[in-house]
Amino acid sequence: MVNMNRPLDLRKKPRIGESAIQALLFFAGILSVFTTLAIVFVLGKEALLFFNDPEVTLAEFFTSTKWAPAIGDFGIWALVSATLTTSAIAILVAVPLGMSAAIYLSEYASPRARSILKPLLEILAGIPTVVYGYFALLFVTPILRSLTGEDNLGVYNMLSAGLVMGIMILPLISSMSEDALSAVPRSLREAAYAMGATPFEASVQVVLPAALSGIGAAVIVGISRAVGETMIVAVASGATSEFTFNPLQAAETMTAHIARISGGDLSYNSIDYNSLFAIALMLFLVTLVLNLVSQWVVAKFREQYE
Amino acid sequence: MKSSSSTRNLLQRLGFGAMTLMTLATVAPIVAVVIYILSKGGSAISWEFLTGFPHDGMRAGGILPAIVGTLYLTLGTALFSVPLGVAAAIYLAEYAPDNKWTRLIRIAIINLAGIPSVVYGLFGLGLFVIFLNFGTSILAASLTLSIMTLPVIISTSEEALRAVPQAFRTVSISVGATRWQTIRRIVLKEALPGILTGVILGLERAAGETAPILFTGAAFFLPRLPNSPFDATMAVPYHLFVISTQVPEMPIQIQYGTALVLLIFVLGMNLTATVIRSRARAKRQW
Repeated sequence: MVNMNRPLDLRKKPRIGESAIQALLFFAGILSVFTTLAIVFVLGKEALLFFNDPEVTLAEFFTSTKWAPAIGDFGIWALVSATLTTSAIAILVAVPLGMSAAIYLSEYASPRARSILKPLLEILAGIPTVVYGYFALLFVTPILRSLTGEDNLGVYNMLSAGLVMGIMILPLISSMSEDALSAVPRSLREAAYAMGATPFEASVQVVLPAALSGIGAAVIVGISRAVGETMIVAVASGATSEFTFNPLQAAETMTAHIARISGGDLSYNSIDYNSLFAIALMLFLVTLVLNLVSQWVVAKFREQYE
Repeated sequence: MKSSSSTRNLLQRLGFGAMTLMTLATVAPIVAVVIYILSKGGSAISWEFLTGFPHDGMRAGGILPAIVGTLYLTLGTALFSVPLGVAAAIYLAEYAPDNKWTRLIRIAIINLAGIPSVVYGLFGLGLFVIFLNFGTSILAASLTLSIMTLPVIISTSEEALRAVPQAFRTVSISVGATRWQTIRRIVLKEALPGILTGVILGLERAAGETAPILFTGAAFFLPRLPNSPFDATMAVPYHLFVISTQVPEMPIQIQYGTALVLLIFVLGMNLTATVIRSRARAKRQW
């Protein structure tokens, strides 16, 4: 029997178990913030050791075009040039193809074609990059060499690596662009049809411009992925740090240099070892900025329709 | 518009036709990669290749230590990243208030997802291998891969949790369940296929990665299987990298075979995830 004389207590009961679980879950969430800080700290600490070394100056690192750790040359442009070249080729391949695929899938494809192509693209996005690198070296490079003549193109070259890297980031760019296109309100398309536009005109002249910032974000993320891609260039673009923008030449990107040094016997706390962290810090900062810009672009886009 | 409707219709056909072709051109090279590796590698696969040890400087024999190593690394990654990732997703989907801490967590997760894998490798080297003194080991490599995998697992799991209709929670709370009871018995149960899909896709990426384990756990050659988490290990993706770039006069058959094993392993996981997802969608009542 309920004691009617005592007022019923409706206040929230403290539940220790519930609070403990919530605290644990919060800890798992905040771990990402700590991880980010730890990455900045670890990379920064080792990079600082590198820049504090009397053999290295900041000016040399950021302006010199010669990277030869054995004789104390640390000019990052020798590596950046290859990163820029391979990424540019990749973007030139991936953006037109990826965007066409996105428009086709979002605006034109029959439900049946969509139901085959979309999961296929998703599955293909999961192929390990080292397999792509291997494919570049053993399949694409021989074809390119027979096209250009073997004297003009070496076994290792940036062209092949860049092309295959473009193939690798295609699914990413097309699926992000397709999301952007699908997010354009239906009313815009219907308004275009009502004005007498054909579906193609509506897609290209109305929907595409409306989704442009989302597509821009996809391209930026694609660039960031290309800059950070390691195994394709490590396998296919060569192992010499050469300052060149010529895609027919072999040259080592920032990422490929890090990967190659891992194969040797690395003594911790040597200047070579610390230089890797300086390169990694640059990669971290570049991709961070690119990702922040793409998020900013997407956020801008959202404002337009709310 | 001045142009007649027939030219505009023609333009439409041409335009969409070109896009259809370009879409096929998008899928074709990637399918070509798969078919190329399948056709070249098929003849290399034998019982001996899958269960034997490499010999003659890896130019003969099988790749068992690499296969076992990749299994260990994938399981090790699952051990850390699944509980932490799902917990973080539950926090974000079910508990997190809309404040600056939550926004900070979200920004951190998005940016972690964008960091190149080779940078994770150096981070793992600095933190796990050297500072925590785990050495070049399965443990250090699994932890590094876990950190890389977390953002994928968190975001896909959060999506799966958010897809569970609010009414499920309301009903459960209204019959007297606590918040955690509701999450554990109702929401998690409903979101399980979605979470599982995300987990497999995250682990698939970890299994195929080379760059993060270069410095943290990969061994060039081991004549035996690793027998403790503090041992370094061979791994299939790293093995493919090594034999295609650093071993001269490597028989091409072994390279193709290794690439094929890696592809089957990874695409198999991907297919499993796809099947789980489509089955759950078919069965779903809401």
